[in-house]
Amino acid sequence: MADEKPTFVSRGFTGRPRGPGADRLPPGQYLERGFPVLTAGPTPRVEPAEWSFRIDGMVGNELEWSWEEFGRLPAEEIPCDIHCVTKWSKLGTSFHGVSVDTLLESAQPQGEFSMAYSFGGYTTNLALDDLTGGRAWVVTEHEGAPLPREHGGPARLLVPHLYFWKSAKWVRGLRIMDHDEPGFWESNGYNNRGDPWKEERYWTD
Amino acid sequence: MDGLTAVAQRAPGRWQIADVEQIRVETPRTKTFRLRLPMWVPHLPGQHYDVRLTAPDGYRAERSYSIASSPLDEGVVELTVDRLDEGEVSSYFHDVLIEGDQVEVRGPFASYFVWRGEEPVLLVGGGSGVVPLMCMLRHRRQIAPELPMRLLYSARTRAEVIYADELGADAIVALTRELEGVPTPGLARVHLGRIFPGLIAAEAFDSGLAFVCGSNPFVEAITHMLLAAGYAPERIRTERFGPTGSLA
Repeated sequence: MADEKPTFVSRGFTGRPRGPGADRLPPGQYLERGFPVLTAGPTPRVEPAEWSFRIDGMVGNELEWSWEEFGRLPAEEIPCDIHCVTKWSKLGTSFHGVSVDTLLESAQPQGEFSMAYSFGGYTTNLALDDLTGGRAWVVTEHEGAPLPREHGGPARLLVPHLYFWKSAKWVRGLRIMDHDEPGFWESNGYNNRGDPWKEERYWTD
Repeated sequence: MDGLTAVAQRAPGRWQIADVEQIRVETPRTKTFRLRLPMWVPHLPGQHYDVRLTAPDGYRAERSYSIASSPLDEGVVELTVDRLDEGEVSSYFHDVLIEGDQVEVRGPFASYFVWRGEEPVLLVGGGSGVVPLMCMLRHRRQIAPELPMRLLYSARTRAEVIYADELGADAIVALTRELEGVPTPGLARVHLGRIFPGLIAAEAFDSGLAFVCGSNPFVEAITHMLLAAGYAPERIRTERFGPTGSLA
């Protein structure tokens, strides 16, 4: 899309200087230095003591970790760029957390799809392909500090290669499924997969 | 609701080139752009359009803007745009675009922060967060004037009140930086100061939905007041924008 020769030019529009990092911005995105908050309803208040993370559904072995148990799993630093469907991108940020590969290791998934679900009722669907191979994490820190509540603390999913609504805040589990089903935003007009580089924002993109 | 325009879950619109039919100055920082569309479909109040600007070298910038006009206004949409200081797209709309120009848009999009005729409805907006709520209010006035819907609208000063001459008995305007309650034409009720829990409690309904739109701190504050006033989280829909979170 970015390579297409534009058929329509906006009279008098020049745009911002094309700075360094421009090639890291997917089509239609702009650079944001802050970290905007986007949530569909009230912000849930989840204390670490009541937080736990589950893997359930079509698995050979259902798993659940308390906050304390989760903290003992091997974690890593994840440098990444994030892209929100509302058009902002944040480049060169970092999170700290546990790879979904690690979490799925002993669960024995029997399906190719999943639904991430959160405290507060939010859901988002992801193919297992998008969650595995070192491309997805459950994170508890952002840039060296505990993940703030408004950004999904104590823990959120992180799937930086897809639009950020897939990175479910206040995540509490992954349900493994043998079929695909739309989650919250996917049922409300947004794309089923959400690849920012293909600009998959809405249903038929 | 029988009176609402039937809107199917349509495929999102393709990019199309709209004519800028009219530009209205609403406040020193906001203007409304009336766009005539070659491929118009009726929208749900609360939905938005994406706009895309293209420079001669192919560089593009996209943003989303809420629709302010009723879907009964056929063939057109009105987008009210707040001019942001660093706004690449909003400054183009404000400083460059003139009537008779063309602009590329697609929509309408999203189906969560939308009003489908539920009742009663409490609308709470801060600043330009009033835009999608005004769409709901305007549509309700046209199709179901008896339907209980109230707007609480927080603005800094009288001069910054968008749609001032359309706010009547179904609206309360909270002016956070005015010292005197001099009545303003068109404003039936004015409250001096921020929206506070007692005001929310007094205007809350026992059932139905609340739509809250504004900056993140505004939405956080209002949702707390709504929860305290007895609104369950499922009854509260929010749309947040503007000043970024504390993580720089």
